[in-house]
Amino acid sequence: MKKIICLLTVLFLLLTCTLTGCGYRYADLDLRGKYDQSLAGTELTVYNWGEYISDGEDGAIDVNKEFEHLTGIKVNYLTFESNETMYSQIKTGGVSYDIIIPSDYMIERLIKEDLLQTVDLSKISNYDLIEQKYKGLYFDPQDEYSVPYNVGMVGVIYNKTLVNGEIEHSWQALWDAKYENMILNFNNPRDAFMTAQMRLGQDLNTLNTADWDAAADLLKKQKSILQSYVMDEIFGKMETGEAAVAPYYAGDYLIMLENNPDLGFFYPKEGTNIFVDSACIPKNAKHVEAALLYINFLLEPDIAKANAEYIGYASPNTAVIENQDYLYYQNEILYPAEADMPKVQYYHDIDESVRSYYETLWSEVKLY
Amino acid sequence: MKLLSRLYIALIILFLYAPVAVMILFSFNASSSVWVFSGFSSRWYAGLSSNTAMLNALQHTLLIALLSAMISTVLGTAASVGIEALQKRLTNKIVMSVTQIPMMNADIVTGISLMLLFIFFGKLLGLRESLGFATVLIAHITFNLPYVILSVIPRLRQTDAHLSEAALDLGCTPPQAFFKVILPSISTGIVTGFIMAFTLSLDDFVISYFTCGYYQTLPIIIYNMTKKSVKPDTYALSTIIFVAVFVLLVLYNVLQTRSEKKHAAAVFKANEGDTVLMKGNEA
Amino acid sequence: MNKKSFGSRLIAAPYLVWSAIFIVVPLIIMFYFALTDQNGVFTLANLASLGLYKKAFGISILYAAVATVITLLLAYPMAYFMTRLSISSQRMLFMIVMIPMWMNFLIRTYSWITILANTGLINTFLTKLGLKPLQLINTPGAVILGMVYDFIPYMILPIYSVMSKLDKSLLEAAEDLGSDSFGKLRRVILPLTKPGVISGITMVFVPSVSTFYISQKLGGNKTMLIGDAIEYLFNLGPSYYNVASALSLVLMLMILVCLFIMNRFTDDEGGGVLM
Repeated sequence: MKKIICLLTVLFLLLTCTLTGCGYRYADLDLRGKYDQSLAGTELTVYNWGEYISDGEDGAIDVNKEFEHLTGIKVNYLTFESNETMYSQIKTGGVSYDIIIPSDYMIERLIKEDLLQTVDLSKISNYDLIEQKYKGLYFDPQDEYSVPYNVGMVGVIYNKTLVNGEIEHSWQALWDAKYENMILNFNNPRDAFMTAQMRLGQDLNTLNTADWDAAADLLKKQKSILQSYVMDEIFGKMETGEAAVAPYYAGDYLIMLENNPDLGFFYPKEGTNIFVDSACIPKNAKHVEAALLYINFLLEPDIAKANAEYIGYASPNTAVIENQDYLYYQNEILYPAEADMPKVQYYHDIDESVRSYYETLWSEVKLY
Repeated sequence: MKLLSRLYIALIILFLYAPVAVMILFSFNASSSVWVFSGFSSRWYAGLSSNTAMLNALQHTLLIALLSAMISTVLGTAASVGIEALQKRLTNKIVMSVTQIPMMNADIVTGISLMLLFIFFGKLLGLRESLGFATVLIAHITFNLPYVILSVIPRLRQTDAHLSEAALDLGCTPPQAFFKVILPSISTGIVTGFIMAFTLSLDDFVISYFTCGYYQTLPIIIYNMTKKSVKPDTYALSTIIFVAVFVLLVLYNVLQTRSEKKHAAAVFKANEGDTVLMKGNEA
Repeated sequence: MNKKSFGSRLIAAPYLVWSAIFIVVPLIIMFYFALTDQNGVFTLANLASLGLYKKAFGISILYAAVATVITLLLAYPMAYFMTRLSISSQRMLFMIVMIPMWMNFLIRTYSWITILANTGLINTFLTKLGLKPLQLINTPGAVILGMVYDFIPYMILPIYSVMSKLDKSLLEAAEDLGSDSFGKLRRVILPLTKPGVISGITMVFVPSVSTFYISQKLGGNKTMLIGDAIEYLFNLGPSYYNVASALSLVLMLMILVCLFIMNRFTDDEGGGVLM
């Protein structure tokens, strides 16, 4: 009987040993900021969206490894899949993160609830690279708490073969019975309600509960022809032709397109949501100096370009936007000309009573 | 009839292993899809070595499984001896009922109640973070304990009470009597308890999900991966684990047949059986 | 006896302290959350607001019950046939049934998507044969299949364990008394294996009724089982802890009531077979 335990231990040790090792080759980076080993040994905890950093796949730069290499700081990189999940973690206080990357309305809420600390911009020498129009936004008018990481808009992705013919550039497509069982929608209340609210021509930040009821009814109506509610599972579903029509973030469409050239994309004529995801430092962060260094590193032209190309979202970094070697240089989906710009609305943090109203409505939609 | 029963067994095995076969197949996929097969490649296995997140998680999982199994085996064995010595039926009954709570309860309830506790204590002590390595370990020990206790107690009941008395009469001190007489006779129960604890801990997702903070174990990482697009590397790692477990168990099986023949088989089976069965019947 | 047993009892002390802190106290805290509002004031509002989740309870119980029955129907003959093989084959099969339990159930569940998807293995095969593809994934059927698949070893193993320890002479006696194989099954085997069946049912029903992963992956997030509801609410942040605790509390009570009834059911008979 003891043998099995010994065997187990040996086997697992062996497994771990053979699997460790390193296959990554460090890139030759051209850096503006200074990075040295003075903070070596620190463990920096970064909490970011899933699939939201260049991770060294297919010869790309591995941002975290490069940072660790340059500074000796160990990056503990964790991911979330919605602003709400992230908020819940921060608010509960079960865990302390050094850097988080929430979206606009969530930053507004975090500031309101005193969960963020100010970011010392004097330590972020690359801040001058941020495009002017992404400074002083409504959620952080003095640029005290956040440094923009990515910007984007929501649009509709469709499979040209499966849709077969013209598709009207409207949110209506998500309610079209022609695509029965081939339609996806967001698996988080705010974004899913947005698709219905846009179709109804509502203000996305309405405080009128009747508006939310109407949107919920529309979502309930959609359920009979809906295939599933998804977040990042959408990649697999759209790339293989499992689904035909789905709303998602524009940048992700470009990544899916690489794997399935059949995919098309449009911004609905009724308008859509625009968002800015920014790096912030939570109040209970342990390693603020290292966090500032990391944020500065994210703004480095080479790093920002690698991220922008890997993630596919629009960059707020002028060093990327103006770089002609950038994979999505002047891409018309990410950077539409003034005339093609869809009507856009930002999310705002909604008063708690209305927020819990629609968050509960979401349960009703699911249980319908 | 014989043919029919063999066919039936084969069908159930097919059902049990179909997804495993799919997993193994797609771990060798040349493209990054786990939906469409486009040729053989072993690149996902090679790529595993640089996937630090996954390797870290594997390390976390093994560490937690080993530690929690060891601690719960020691605590649980001691507890079993103590519980058996409780003469008051009522006290015994209460202790046994509490013991069974984590086993009977839904994992999600256990996980949430523990999380609430940890956060509550964290706030009380003014900790910057209340979830992490220690809390996963505590949670795992907590849900492992009943399995250890319930596999040790039946062995204890089977040991002859006069044995330890005889040992005492022959001049052993009580601890000596315990280590020299009782412990050897309940060792199969202890080993079964340990293995069950290790297995349960290795595979636990729900309770870890609520209590781990960012000390992420393999099931947590896999959960996060299945929220995105699963890549064949996850399958590759699972395949390695599958092969390891498979080889180990077959080896164990062969060794056992050789050394202990029929007797061991019966004991092993009896043990496994008792443990699972206790669930419905102890109280 | 007294002195020795006092010493023995003492060594249970660490465990008793442990279970008080980590089993009893957490449940008390959960009770507290369920019965108070965000400011810690006593209220029944959380429990009252659960009306919304009536349907979640309904379908969770329904799915789990159907899954448990199917699992039992599949597992019972399997266990029975297993006991009729040679000892070494039995042990091999025991291993084979157990191995999947050692693998991550998330991955095993996820693999079913590849099999069941609209563009998955089964439908690709059907299309190649010129047949119409079937809607398999994202249906209640797929969720139930996932439950059956994930938990079937927990049904097979306990039933098999009891069955393999049945006294062969009982069966022979039944034969001698003129029982045919059906009569033997009904009069002798079934009653004697009841404890195994009961623990199998418990071990399949409890995780099925409280799952949130299976319904998310195989049900396409389209419905909300109790587990999903609890997970959703907890992930919205501390302001939902009260309602989520109330939901967990009701789930726990429901499970305990089910188990209690089942225990009652077995207490009078069968218990003796075990020890």
